[in-house]
Amino acid sequence: MSAVAVEGIWKYYGDYPALRNIGFSVQEGQCLALLGRNGAGKTTLLRIMAGLLRPQRGSIRIFDRDARHPQTRASIGVIGHGIGVYDELSAFENLLLFGRLYGLNDPSSAAMEWLRRTSLDNVAGSLVREFSRGMRQRLAVARAFLHNPSLLLLDEPFTSLDDRAIALLQSLMRDALARGATVIMSTHQLREAMELATHAALLGRGKLIFHGERPAAMLQDPTWLYRAYGES
Amino acid sequence: MLYFRQVWTVAGKDLRSELRTKESLNAAISFAIVILVLFSFAMDPTADQIREISGGLLWLVFAFAGALILNRSFARELGNDCLDALVSSPLTGSALFLGKALGNFILLTIVELVSLPIFGVLYNIEWARRPRALAAILLLTTWGVTVIGTMFSALTVNLRLRELMLPTLIYPMMIPALMSAMRLTTLLIAGEPIPADDEIWVRLLIGFDIIFTALAVGLVEVVLVG
Repeated sequence: MSAVAVEGIWKYYGDYPALRNIGFSVQEGQCLALLGRNGAGKTTLLRIMAGLLRPQRGSIRIFDRDARHPQTRASIGVIGHGIGVYDELSAFENLLLFGRLYGLNDPSSAAMEWLRRTSLDNVAGSLVREFSRGMRQRLAVARAFLHNPSLLLLDEPFTSLDDRAIALLQSLMRDALARGATVIMSTHQLREAMELATHAALLGRGKLIFHGERPAAMLQDPTWLYRAYGES
Repeated sequence: MLYFRQVWTVAGKDLRSELRTKESLNAAISFAIVILVLFSFAMDPTADQIREISGGLLWLVFAFAGALILNRSFARELGNDCLDALVSSPLTGSALFLGKALGNFILLTIVELVSLPIFGVLYNIEWARRPRALAAILLLTTWGVTVIGTMFSALTVNLRLRELMLPTLIYPMMIPALMSAMRLTTLLIAGEPIPADDEIWVRLLIGFDIIFTALAVGLVEVVLVG
């Protein structure tokens, strides 16, 4: 079954078409690297998949359901540009909040487990506003993985992460892929992404230029796809 | 059950955040007290005049002070893109709205409960002669004000001039509820029962609450997802 099926998506900001007739599918267990220059439409496409935006035309099915269906959203983990956690709550309270919203059976245990996995258990009761940038990023990762999502939508997940957080995120993504989860990530940090990507899609000015298995040449030269399709 | 747990989780989160930062509660209570004090100095009304204007004065104070709370309702979700995290979770738009409305309702009620005794002292008036009826009118009107304010807080959250836009949009919408509340509160503070002729205001208030709650719950998903 397709984890994500995108059909004829058009999205306009005013008169400007940010996405033009995008269509592709991602099978369960795949890791898709969504590539493209700034303004290519990667974030818009991910936000539509996450149910944060509606396209003007076309449809998106996630696990054969509408993207805004609560059951669909319960199976998705999202990391966007912001960390999506509250400064005035503690790390534990933040994860407990999202655990409850996702309807976890034991949100308290899940929160503690993910604080431990992200090495934040020693500051579980501290307010997020007291955290360093790296700690905040790790908490955002914990929030996205808290409910063991079947689909991870990650928008520039490696941006502004320190080495420790990058290693943690890559390890968690590997674990997720190993249990059969699907990952779609947009990124400019190609070297980190190519270690995990099984497939790649290249967007340019809102159009899908390439979609397929990650070319082997990208392991040696991550920018190969950009040059091959004149997007360098 | 999950739906109601989600509603309460959102309300609890908002209340916890507000009680920690007190950014809008302190401002709203201070504003309400300042208006009451200034008005008592400016007008120096007699006891009879106070009874005549009590409903209008109180609801103007509550409505203006309430806007300070309502303005922050969705704006507090903008930091760290928390609104995206909520909207991409299984939380439905209506559960998010009702959770936020419930949190705002409790905060507004706190402002009213602090303001009423101060009103009584400053104006030397016994305001609780019909406490149960007054409480019912306060709660009904507060819910109506909260529903309108929370909905428009969601609608204006991404506007640069939202602090200006929210009051501009919500006060005209609140007119029916405020008119009812002013008339009924004036009667109850004077210690009079609600006469049969004025029961229409109670029905208007109940109808207002039901209609706008239903509209907001039905439309909020469209407002939240662009």
